Amino acid sequence: MTENKMMIDIGSDEVLSRVQSYQQGGYRLVQMCCVREPAGNVPADHLELHYTFGRDYEMVDLKFSIPPGAAIESITQIYPCAFLYENEIHDLYGVSIQGINIDFQGNFYKMAAAHPFNPDIEPGQAQKEK
Amino acid sequence: MEKAEEKRHTIVPFGPQHPVLPEPLHFDFVLEDEKVVDVIPSIGYIHRGLEILVQKREFTEYVYVAERICGICSFIHGMGYCEAIEEIMKISVPERAKYLRLIWSELSRVHSHLLWLGLAADAFGFENLFMQAWRARELVLDIIEETTGGRVIFGACKIGGVRKDITDESLKTMVTVIDGMYKDVRTICDVFLNDSSVKERLCGIGILSREDAYSLGAVGPMLRASGVSYDTRKLGYGAFGDIDFDIVTETAGDCYARCAVRVHEIFQSFHIIKQAISKIPGGPISVKVTGAPNGEAMVRYEQPRGEVIYYVKANGTKFLTRFRARTPTFANIPAMIQALKGCDFADVANIVLTIDPCISCTER
Amino acid sequence: MSYFKKSPWLLHYDGSSCNGCDIEVLACLTPLYDIERFGIINTGNPKHADILLITGGVNEQNADIIKNLYDQMPDPKVVVAVGICATSGGVFAECYNILGGIDKVIPVDVYVMGCAARPEAIIDGVVKALSILEEKYTTMKQEKVA
Repeated sequence: MTENKMMIDIGSDEVLSRVQSYQQGGYRLVQMCCVREPAGNVPADHLELHYTFGRDYEMVDLKFSIPPGAAIESITQIYPCAFLYENEIHDLYGVSIQGINIDFQGNFYKMAAAHPFNPDIEPGQAQKEK
Repeated sequence: MEKAEEKRHTIVPFGPQHPVLPEPLHFDFVLEDEKVVDVIPSIGYIHRGLEILVQKREFTEYVYVAERICGICSFIHGMGYCEAIEEIMKISVPERAKYLRLIWSELSRVHSHLLWLGLAADAFGFENLFMQAWRARELVLDIIEETTGGRVIFGACKIGGVRKDITDESLKTMVTVIDGMYKDVRTICDVFLNDSSVKERLCGIGILSREDAYSLGAVGPMLRASGVSYDTRKLGYGAFGDIDFDIVTETAGDCYARCAVRVHEIFQSFHIIKQAISKIPGGPISVKVTGAPNGEAMVRYEQPRGEVIYYVKANGTKFLTRFRARTPTFANIPAMIQALKGCDFADVANIVLTIDPCISCTER
Repeated sequence: MSYFKKSPWLLHYDGSSCNGCDIEVLACLTPLYDIERFGIINTGNPKHADILLITGGVNEQNADIIKNLYDQMPDPKVVVAVGICATSGGVFAECYNILGGIDKVIPVDVYVMGCAARPEAIIDGVVKALSILEEKYTTMKQEKVA
């Protein structure tokens, strides 16, 4: 069996509709993560998010970037199990995510440094936006 | 009438230090009498932040850190990291190295499953069985130590291949040892599968339906015990393309089914190792790696606990931009919460153990 | 080789270890290495324990828990730091969330080397801890008399 996987670049405005269509198509949520230094001609201070879905042995990775300090919508209304990933992204990168079904309010990991993966933003900034 | 129906909720904290948990994990259970109605997990007791070390260690050195994501599944973590880098750098690994990786990864599956059987036995109060399972596990550790030099952390994988070869003589001995283990492990496993007191404690406990398991993103034995036939080894990564095996599934979705899946997987791994030994080609065990990776890759492998995802992003320097591991236990937590809802408080330990929680993987 | 008349009970806590040392600690309790021959039983209750075996380094979240466990144990008590992470933070020492070895929060009596620590080394460490425990025990007794 050859591995069937792809990465798709999408705009940050079409995330929810795309995710919805994967959910209806019977995909499961594989993982979500955040990366600095996005590729291509996106400004260097943007953050890149990866939402990965899988069905059988197929894997699709949705990639989109957001400007620093921007807030994004939670996808827990569509995939309830996404709350772990979203809390993790919030704690490690300081991305504020709105409407998480189980929101740990920044206490998912109790860490010595705030947003260790994204030292550029001010500590506590993400909490304030909430 | 209304007053009688109004049930009082009690919140019971569980962990982080608890006799049944080998690792720290904390839950808040919302109880109605003895029934669990809701569970709120809180993790982070073992969060080290090792993913950030890619900025401080060269990508060739980081293999050692990747292996230490977790001491139980350490080999596959190291292997997954190496293969992600190899995918970015388009390195093709020699065939013999692929087979050696397969043999070690299956050996670590056997040791992990035997370890789990022991811990599960301890959780349902069968200490003798715990001791027996761990005694059998030592034989696997002996093979691992003989071939790699380490018992739990092997350090055998490197980018471009493996560090150590296994001689044909050692491979022959391995087959003899595995054949000898069959009977021993069979006796232990028969107790898990057929003993009436074990069944009493496991059957019908912590049921997870097929739909819930799938939609909550469960992976590995947890998913297969609920009847979904999904095993990333079927992707044929490494040498798995040449290996013939069937995916082990069960349909009940309870603690017993999860136990049965792991028991059958032990024997399946024996079978896979023997097949690999009979097919292993000769030749070099590694290729020289020059330069630095540039690009990104997302790969997945089957850990003893389920599907694991590695994402690597490199920028052409010796230091990677990002390494991310989505470990199986992390994906299994929502499904575990679902399985815990509605159970008796006394069954909590059992159900938590049957997902085979690996907290140090989860929190990294 | 020390000789301790009492049966010292052992409490194991996983600091932020990678599990490697943890499973080796558990392997010590099982038939091949069998630490129970020294009269040791693994207990989950700090009030029952004489020896605290800690694997892994200290991080932000578990510092208080380790301190609590230590304070709850009755005197005399000994602490064994198992593995290089419990000694200094080891390979994770540079991580943002690791404060360092166990001795950052509680006094440690015995350090066991290794990554992961081998069962033989752990047994050696525990046996050493037994003689320290005995010393503490006699000092305590003498202080009581005086």
